[in-house]
Amino acid sequence: MSETSTRPPATVDKAQYGLSVALLLVGIYTIIDARGLTVGFGDPIGPRVFPYLIGTGMIVLAVLLAVATSRGDVAEAEAGEDVDLTSPADWVTVGKLVGILVLNLLLVNVLGWAITGAVLFAGCAWALGSRTLIRDVIVGAVLSVASWYFFWGLGVPLEPGILDGIL
Amino acid sequence: MDTLDLLLDGFQNALTLENLMYAAIGVLLGTFVGVLPGIGPAMAVALLLPITYGLDVTQSLIMFAGIYYGGMYGGSTTSILLNTPGESASVMTAIEGNKMAKRGRAAQALATAAIGSFIAGTIGTLLVAFFTPTIAEQAVKIGAPSYFAIMLLSLVLVTSALGSSKIRGFVGLFMGLTIGLVGNDLSTGQARLTGGSLELANGIDIVVVAVGVFAMGEAMWTAAHLRRKPIDVIPTGQPFMGRDDWRRSWGPWLRGTALGFPFGAIPAGGAETPTFLSYITERKLAGRKGTKNEFGEGAIEGVAGPEAANNASAAGMFVPLLALGLPVTATAAVLIAALRTYGIQPGPTLLTDQPDLVWTLLASLLIGNTLLLVINLPLAPLWARLLRIPRPQLYAGILFFASLGAYSIDQDPFDLGLLVFFGGIGFAIRRFGIPVLPLILGVILGPLMEVKLREALDLSDGDLSGLFNEGLAIFIYALVVLAIVVPVVLGRLRRSQGVPAADVMEEVDR
Repeated sequence: MSETSTRPPATVDKAQYGLSVALLLVGIYTIIDARGLTVGFGDPIGPRVFPYLIGTGMIVLAVLLAVATSRGDVAEAEAGEDVDLTSPADWVTVGKLVGILVLNLLLVNVLGWAITGAVLFAGCAWALGSRTLIRDVIVGAVLSVASWYFFWGLGVPLEPGILDGIL
Repeated sequence: MDTLDLLLDGFQNALTLENLMYAAIGVLLGTFVGVLPGIGPAMAVALLLPITYGLDVTQSLIMFAGIYYGGMYGGSTTSILLNTPGESASVMTAIEGNKMAKRGRAAQALATAAIGSFIAGTIGTLLVAFFTPTIAEQAVKIGAPSYFAIMLLSLVLVTSALGSSKIRGFVGLFMGLTIGLVGNDLSTGQARLTGGSLELANGIDIVVVAVGVFAMGEAMWTAAHLRRKPIDVIPTGQPFMGRDDWRRSWGPWLRGTALGFPFGAIPAGGAETPTFLSYITERKLAGRKGTKNEFGEGAIEGVAGPEAANNASAAGMFVPLLALGLPVTATAAVLIAALRTYGIQPGPTLLTDQPDLVWTLLASLLIGNTLLLVINLPLAPLWARLLRIPRPQLYAGILFFASLGAYSIDQDPFDLGLLVFFGGIGFAIRRFGIPVLPLILGVILGPLMEVKLREALDLSDGDLSGLFNEGLAIFIYALVVLAIVVPVVLGRLRRSQGVPAADVMEEVDR
């Protein structure tokens, strides 16, 4: 390909090699996992064949993607209404959001959804740059308590946590 | 006609005061969520799924119908009043719609979108009612080998129809197929890809996958690239159309419907192709007539056509869904998941097993569509104000409701962990330009394909000929081969004629 040689070498998307490796590992794991399955007598196909096919396909794709990457293939990142692709990724914000989400999943059965939901909303708004903390906490509390009662009304009681008996 | 009687029965089931209320709530919620930037119809349905948990099947179907059309309509409002569209199906609407809005004709653009959606949705749903029974009748006779082939064909079509890079489409598909493998094998009960976790034994709930990949992924991706400048929203008044607008709109509405419905019914990537074709058609026709060609400056035809095509294809999606149990869009995949929670497995026998349900659903779609027009025309200025919600609170809200949805399935924090995990996958596929649809369809269709594959090969005692012993299956495999070969050959022809290739990927795809 003459096109690739005229491009500057800077177009190689290194992160895409990372994706290739991840896909490769998933494909290999799928096959290894399937090898541990037993196929019964009189079962001509068994549970192994389909994972073998998928795992093999995944490995082939991982290799193809790596080859494409080395030839200068660059991903077309997704655009959107509020997405500004000209700025570099803001990993601090993403890290804060993941932290808050993980906090929620760790605490939801201890403190209850009415509390962790409010913290989740206010925390995410804060991480995304809101500076009206008190208002966010109030909005979050209204949302989480209202959703708790809504699901309670549907016959799907969410975890009340330490507010058990109060709600 | 038989069909008409059945549909009238469906109306009788759907048209009670209580059910109308659920339809209205569905329409309002669907539009509310659909208008919000960053949320498409599939995400709206996935996010709102939990609120139907306490309802019985009929009522939740009615609410879904409202949410579905509401979400579609909300998306078009966003693309007209903001300068960037939320989902691929609205791209074409945004081109002329936003220019109309900038020229002070937002009210007319919203009106032609709403009325066009109503007309297309109504015609489309009626077509579904007339086609589905015939197709289902034939589909009952289809054996496992042909069924497997049909699913393979739809996966190949969806994967190669979307995006510029086929390799990325297949990466998405195989990610989905791998996710679909997780859980106990259906016939032998052995755990696959669970890593010993009992919580994964029943497989991964498609709702968690959809909410994670759509809502979490979108929120994370946007958070990483949040536009810090204030966004430009064009204010609007009550939608209305003048006599001239009507005269110019009805042709595009009908042509858009004719284009949208068949494309919706086949697995070709949803509304993306028909909206594009409708836009091109209207543009060409406007040029030919020579009178008042406003394309490029905000032509009402460029909104009316694609919007009708969009909604007609949204209705067309129900033909394969109800007649074959085959989802062809992400929204259909989520709907299948919703039906499964009620123990309903869509497939060729659905229409004979539960006719009431199907006809009630179709009647609900017509009712929801009508309510949409009645409720949303007056509310448009209010919806427009939603676009000004401050972004930190908007995305915090999306994360809140996504977490609530995943948590409410089993009240299990483990699902919240899965949600974050799939949010990470959603982030990655946006970063690497991998299309979402093949992934979601892979999750839903993978397990179904395995069942049919094993059924077919069990009958032939493992002999591969068991996959080819039906004429229909062989015919469909021929189509699969064509679907793979034709684009490659066309690409080569183009290149040999000296036209430079658009990107290097095509070279690798061979």
